[in-house]
Amino acid sequence: MSEQNKGQSIEEKQYLVRFNADTKSHLHVKDTDICMTKCPDKICTIFCPAEIYKWEDIRMHIGYEGCHECGSCRIGCPHQNIKWEYPKGGHGIVFRLG
Amino acid sequence: MSEKFDCIVVGAGPAGISCAFELAKGGANVLLIERGEYPGSKNVMGGVLYRKMMEDIIPDFYKEAPLERPIVEQRFMMMDKESAITVGYKGMEWGKEPYNNFTVLRAKFDQWFADKAVEQGAILVNETVVLECIVENGKVIGVRTDRPNGDVYADVVVLADGVNSLLAQSLGFHKEYKPDEVALATMEILKLDKKIIEDRFNLENNQGCTIELFGDATKGILGTGFLYTNKDSLSIGVGTLLSGLIKHKIKPYELLEYVKNHPMIRPYIQGSEPQEYLAHLIPEGGYKSMGKIVGDGVIVIGDASQLVNAIHREGSNLAMTSGRLAAETILLAKEADDFSENMLKMYRTKLMEGFVGQDMKKYKDSTHHFNKFPQYFDQYIPMINKAASQMFTVDGTSKWEKQKKIIKDIGSTREKMKIARDVYKAWKVMK
Repeated sequence: MSEQNKGQSIEEKQYLVRFNADTKSHLHVKDTDICMTKCPDKICTIFCPAEIYKWEDIRMHIGYEGCHECGSCRIGCPHQNIKWEYPKGGHGIVFRLG
Repeated sequence: MSEKFDCIVVGAGPAGISCAFELAKGGANVLLIERGEYPGSKNVMGGVLYRKMMEDIIPDFYKEAPLERPIVEQRFMMMDKESAITVGYKGMEWGKEPYNNFTVLRAKFDQWFADKAVEQGAILVNETVVLECIVENGKVIGVRTDRPNGDVYADVVVLADGVNSLLAQSLGFHKEYKPDEVALATMEILKLDKKIIEDRFNLENNQGCTIELFGDATKGILGTGFLYTNKDSLSIGVGTLLSGLIKHKIKPYELLEYVKNHPMIRPYIQGSEPQEYLAHLIPEGGYKSMGKIVGDGVIVIGDASQLVNAIHREGSNLAMTSGRLAAETILLAKEADDFSENMLKMYRTKLMEGFVGQDMKKYKDSTHHFNKFPQYFDQYIPMINKAASQMFTVDGTSKWEKQKKIIKDIGSTREKMKIARDVYKAWKVMK
């Protein structure tokens, strides 16, 4: 495969974006037990366009700093287990082009 | 800032800005609240802006607005893994005033548009999140923001807070959307030399081209890809129903890479440099997902009220028209000093009787239909590609023979009947 066929990784994509992250997360798992016991697929780790959800052994890690605020996790979580808010005014993602 | 305005508009996207512009122009005292650093900093769209609905608000806007290229050609590609059938329309009339549509970069355009509303007298406040509507005796009388002492009051609150309309939802205007009512789109802006763009897309100076991508662009999942020309960049993206990504366990950014590396697309973007990566939801539930849009002291416009015509990639124009109609209604309400639901529901009537409501109704079953019967995308598009390949490959077989083989390959009489029925059903939901 040629160099360009490898494709760009999500990390490389995220480097293209400007974030003005708050010190506090605007995303929370409501009940961590549900992720552990009732959600074998952990589908949020797949469909999140910024890959901010990562399952680490026994808990869901949320890298909220890189969130695009799209809302997919709130709607797509099969257990409605994500508390979703907007980041504080002026914080979060800042698109320069769009 | 415990002040009272005639109207508070929440969200400075195309819907909110249009509404604030018209209200301010009509002499109302308007506060436009934006949660981002500046208007457009949270907004994403494929990049096609239609001229007519924007001109209904600012005539001749194209003479000064930051636009990319007027579109003179719209192409549609039905893609299989290594082939595509392409149809399109190119017309020089679109390259001249008054134009049909333009590519735009939203962060630039929305800032310009918001400045125009400010020129009319609207007050724009950035970096402010509206946490909730202040409701008294069932009537919306203001909003609570995340600023210190951040309650602000108004006769009418307009919710233009986009696809994630937590405010309309908290008023009970609609239920939480389901994964099959929203599409998740990811896109990239790719920097590319102006001259190269014009050569590759067969364009002359300051002409633009759009290409919509179907079939293998979404690996057969209901959705579309797109490739649009900006001045010295390309916008490339792909959007599918969130339910499709969940069902097929596909990562959206890997799908985007798949499209970028597709042999039908790669040559267009070769040598370009990624500048920005964006993701956004598109409300695609259509007419059936529209909730309540008018209440006592409150009106919902744009994406927040599901106004997207997914079949025709239209959204910002519906947003602008809804904003304009909401403003017209509010100005009349102001004259009558009546901000009740009964008075404001005139907005709904105007909206539903105009092109917005009519188009929403026309396609009310289409997304649901194609979602329920995925064969259109994952079987029929590959099938027509194969047929075209067979028919156009010259190998000494007679055209009659080829035709016979193509028809035989489609399958049994029963399968052929099924396709005929599907074609009829598709025509019915689109007509």
